[in-house]
Amino acid sequence: MSQASPAIRVSDLRKHFGTTQALDGVSLDIQPGEFFGLLGPNGAGKTTLISILAGLTRADAGHAAIMGHDVVRDYRQARRALGVVPQELVYDPFFNVRETLRIQSGYFGLRHNDGWIDEIMHHLDLAPHADKNTQSLSGGMKRRLLVAQALVHKPPVIVLDEPTAGVDVDLRRSLWEFISRLNREGHTILLTTHYLEEAEALCGRIAMLKSGRVVACDTTRNLLQLTNEHCAQLRLQGETLPAAWQTRLQHDADGSWRINFSEYADLETLLADLRGAGIRVLEMQLQEPDLEDVFTDIMKRT
Amino acid sequence: MSGLPALFYKEMLRFWKVAVQTVVAPVVTALLYLLIFSHVLEAHVEVYPGVSYTSFLVPGLVMMSMLQNAFSNSSSSLIQSKMQGNIVFVLLPPLSYLEFFLAYLGAAVIRGLVVGLGVWVVTLWFAPWQMPHWGWLLAYALLACAIMGAIGIVAGIWAEKYDQLAAFQNFLILPLTFLSGVFYSIHSLPPFWQGISHANPVFYLIDGFRYAFVGQSDTDPWLGLLVASACFVAISALTLALLKSGYKLRH
Repeated sequence: MSQASPAIRVSDLRKHFGTTQALDGVSLDIQPGEFFGLLGPNGAGKTTLISILAGLTRADAGHAAIMGHDVVRDYRQARRALGVVPQELVYDPFFNVRETLRIQSGYFGLRHNDGWIDEIMHHLDLAPHADKNTQSLSGGMKRRLLVAQALVHKPPVIVLDEPTAGVDVDLRRSLWEFISRLNREGHTILLTTHYLEEAEALCGRIAMLKSGRVVACDTTRNLLQLTNEHCAQLRLQGETLPAAWQTRLQHDADGSWRINFSEYADLETLLADLRGAGIRVLEMQLQEPDLEDVFTDIMKRT
Repeated sequence: MSGLPALFYKEMLRFWKVAVQTVVAPVVTALLYLLIFSHVLEAHVEVYPGVSYTSFLVPGLVMMSMLQNAFSNSSSSLIQSKMQGNIVFVLLPPLSYLEFFLAYLGAAVIRGLVVGLGVWVVTLWFAPWQMPHWGWLLAYALLACAIMGAIGIVAGIWAEKYDQLAAFQNFLILPLTFLSGVFYSIHSLPPFWQGISHANPVFYLIDGFRYAFVGQSDTDPWLGLLVASACFVAISALTLALLKSGYKLRH
């Protein structure tokens, strides 16, 4: 592993299933320590990409490497460096929580891993359930166990494939606190999620996939600036709008007015015109664009 | 360190945790066969001169139980993991296809031997003790379990649903084990069926294993050993090739 290796490098990755082109030339570099989001609608290729990184799927063409280790040629090193939390809520009903984690450690060649296992169980609130059969765990607990299993070998790179799908608010929050902590401690995180507000809050950089292609890849801050559509909602005293504005303002059902604008100067002009026409502004709310707007916008445009 | 011991341990723990189903049940089944067949046939059938029917039957039953349980262990473990989805737990770690093969095969062999030993022990009440040829006994027992363990891996990987595995078991494994001279000597069959039986590798396993107990057999035990070894090499090569290619496991 050289110092310059990205945590994850994917170059011109292609994969088809039957007639579906799941990945159509995807290239990405994710640097050590990044919290990286992978977004895209269902079927965009997110899980295929993750499966190739994990060695569960073999690419038709292109390369993927974890910490500089090719996932095919150098799979042992690559898999040692990678922890994957799969999307499906899977568990082995033959074993209890501690056995599951001990066995998983063993697969990575770690014999005496109980100290670390206790620590992960503690952080994920699994300790009280250590001797419970995995079958008797709630959905949330099974999810935590999957996270714990992905961490038994202290991988520098952690991939989470929609870890919060169908998970209650409490668990979602505690999970993100834990993952953020791992990220602060230096772990690289690759996350796919459908909750865009999560991605916006957590990820430093985001790539958007559509039909197997990267259609956007930038820092979250830059992506948010891609859309400069702001929206203001106003409650006004007075019925007749100045003629110039009648078509630009939309009347909402609750009696308020809505305007979309890209330059704040527009808003200033509007307010001046309203004052000139003797209309008082009773209330005004501004809405900043969020990742969802950007996402919708990019998906529509590409 | 290699992940092989952990995967082997996991496979052992898996069947041991449900030992009533995986060990006790097949022993009871074999015992029932023994009670029924030896009761009905003991007085009427003498396959080899000087060998009682019960003494003839016991090695066949022990071998049949080993074959079926070795197959069952690897195949049911794999299909369950695939259906459950927890097969990813062994696909994500740095395990090679050879380690994968050896772990599943090793556990299948142990399960086969444990069940075989169990059947043998309970049948001791019904057949007089005779010192077996330990060398032949071990050679045939190990080869038989290994062949069936490997076939079980292939079946477990190939099957996508439980009924496909059940079909494999009911239409291939069961006929092969039943029609191989467990309950009779193939010399009692018409020539045509004798010929067919000689093409069934399981016949050699049972015949050779019986030789280890009663010192008599339908064919030369060295020939059987050769056939069984060749079978094991062939089926292992096929299994390893499938695992290496990622067939139905890594898409």
